[in-house]
Amino acid sequence: MTLKSIPSLLGAVAVAGSMLMGATAMAEDKIGFVYVGPVGDHGWTYRHDLGRQAVQNELGDKVKTTFVESVKEGPDSERVIRQMAADGHKLIFTTSFGFMNPTLKVAKQFPDVKFEHATGYKRADNVSAYSARFYEGRYVVGKIVGNMTKSNVIGYIGSFPIPEVVRGINALTLAAKSVNPDIKVKVAWVSTWYDPGKEADAAKALIDQGADVILQHTDSPAPLQVAEERGVWAVGQASDMSRFAPKAQLTAIIDDWDGYYVARTKAALDGSWKSEDTWGGFNTGMVDLAPYNKAIPADLIALAEKTRNGIEDGSILPFAGPFNKQDGSVGAKDGEALDDGTLLGMNWYVEGVEGELPK
Amino acid sequence: MLLKIEKRSESSRVMVYMTPIIALVLTVLCSTVLFTLLGVSPVEALNTFFIQPLDSRYDLSELFVKATPLMLIAIGLSVGFKANVWNIGAEGQLTMGAIVGSSLFIYFHDIDSVFLLPAMILLGAIGGAAWAAIPAFLKTRFNANEILTSLMLVYVAILFLSVLVHGPWRDPDGFNFPESRTFSDSADMPILVAGTRMHFGTLLALLAVLGTWIMMAKTLVGFQIKVIGSAPTAGGYAGFSQKKIIWFTLLFGGALAGVAGLSEVAGPIDQIIPTISPGYGFTAIIVAFLGRLHPVGIFFASLLMALTYLGGETAQISLGLPVAVTGVFQGMVLFFLLASDVLVNYRFRLNIGRKAVS
Repeated sequence: MTLKSIPSLLGAVAVAGSMLMGATAMAEDKIGFVYVGPVGDHGWTYRHDLGRQAVQNELGDKVKTTFVESVKEGPDSERVIRQMAADGHKLIFTTSFGFMNPTLKVAKQFPDVKFEHATGYKRADNVSAYSARFYEGRYVVGKIVGNMTKSNVIGYIGSFPIPEVVRGINALTLAAKSVNPDIKVKVAWVSTWYDPGKEADAAKALIDQGADVILQHTDSPAPLQVAEERGVWAVGQASDMSRFAPKAQLTAIIDDWDGYYVARTKAALDGSWKSEDTWGGFNTGMVDLAPYNKAIPADLIALAEKTRNGIEDGSILPFAGPFNKQDGSVGAKDGEALDDGTLLGMNWYVEGVEGELPK
Repeated sequence: MLLKIEKRSESSRVMVYMTPIIALVLTVLCSTVLFTLLGVSPVEALNTFFIQPLDSRYDLSELFVKATPLMLIAIGLSVGFKANVWNIGAEGQLTMGAIVGSSLFIYFHDIDSVFLLPAMILLGAIGGAAWAAIPAFLKTRFNANEILTSLMLVYVAILFLSVLVHGPWRDPDGFNFPESRTFSDSADMPILVAGTRMHFGTLLALLAVLGTWIMMAKTLVGFQIKVIGSAPTAGGYAGFSQKKIIWFTLLFGGALAGVAGLSEVAGPIDQIIPTISPGYGFTAIIVAFLGRLHPVGIFFASLLMALTYLGGETAQISLGLPVAVTGVFQGMVLFFLLASDVLVNYRFRLNIGRKAVS
């Protein structure tokens, strides 16, 4: 091949490539997913990708789902989202809090494309917001770990001190204290959603400080592996992580986006899609629990199931009073429960959590 | 040893300029194998990686948006690397520049003045330079290794940013989420081409490339840097102060990294968030070497590096290739570049059956 023939070859390739793209674009509607982590994180992104696969399986050749993984929050995410919109995607799910403002910016430029942003609080005519009430799962887990701990110290690995994470810590603490008033919750902040090394270090540090149950609001199974090695209990995050810690995992709080993603995609295809704000819990199937560890006594499982059913039918509200904040002031009075607005902006610990909330 | 590496008495001038191209060709060849193994047509994959991201005017503007911080940082670092000053901490200087520069907006967000942004850019440069001044001081006063000190200060800067953005700099209407309020129009980098994200920072990067070129080629300080870098003793005899050069190159690199940080937060990000840069300060080190520490080379190297990122995203959307492919790709470019570099300056000699005469 001579040097001269290269440009014409490249030209031919470009034409062929664009024709190929054009041909596939007409046959089916494209549904895009933007992920903050790798699809193999076994946690957050993994569960969103299962949701994507559910859409693909359910709707078959009517849709073509695409995704971009490990997208950094910041300028990169705006480019990726915009590229998907420009590429003819009909509906785009952006699945991390930090994608909120980029999603809204792109949505303004593409009014005909529908967007769904997870865990944010801003919306537009073509941007829905959705999230799950994971704290409901934490509350059930709290009843279990409060009874299972011998040292009365629970270790909690936090990612970032945002309301979502603080809410989980508080729900867990309230439930654990309700069955075991001596409980203490120690929190280690790791400033990352996914970093197996850092998460494992935090787990070791917490165990060294006496914790015999490890909870996490980060996405890798590393803390469970540490717990398995050191012979303490742990609770999986976002997906069933029992294969990483068959003995240590008590249960796991499962994010299940499948139903939501299928429903929203169907709505986008048949034209009934409207901008909505969804915050679903156990009752919508968005939150679920992995099978209980066999080591949990039957009466404890019964308590957990009772709590779960109560939350599902609304008779149990995790943030019902009376309880105090960490500083001793009243969190909620007897007979009252915190409303969604307060929960969404929660930036204080309840009594029983040790240490200071990073500000 | 069976194989001996020895320095060539003279390296070929042609080959020095050819190595980046050879490295690129080898990368393309090897990635052909990689793509075939992944079950993707190599022609289609290379098309997605290198041609599609340059398809339209908008795509080109995105290339410059991505290349801007890399260019600014790499050009600043190259000056230090020429003088054998190894500033590895540009990521921290970028973060500090973004913090100090945008502090003006955070605390005086009601100001609506044409002077706000220029003042922020200036403060960004000062912030970055100040952060680089710490390794400069430790190096010149205590002879502390600047590789270590500058690298460790990266983590300090990033954690400091985290403290601010989770605390006092949070948007008062932001539900306690770790994000500042979004920048007002007078704190935003002006957009250069309407309808795109290409901003004033790109112009600053091009000016920095041009200015550095002139400085290195035409001024006394540029000459001193080159002499100190290649022959420190000779530089000493000529009366050039090594300490001054250490100070100058670190402050220079820090200032440009600081401007890069500010142009990111006042440009495409538009607010302060917990992670300002996906590692531009470290990628820029690769860019600087890929560009042969020469301004023109760095200009093209930053565009090429940006292209591999954009191409990686396109490949994920249209071909479903995993993100790791992008990393493998960049790794191959660097590997082949450094490998051919070694072969330009050194050669291997078989050592069978004879004693080395020493």
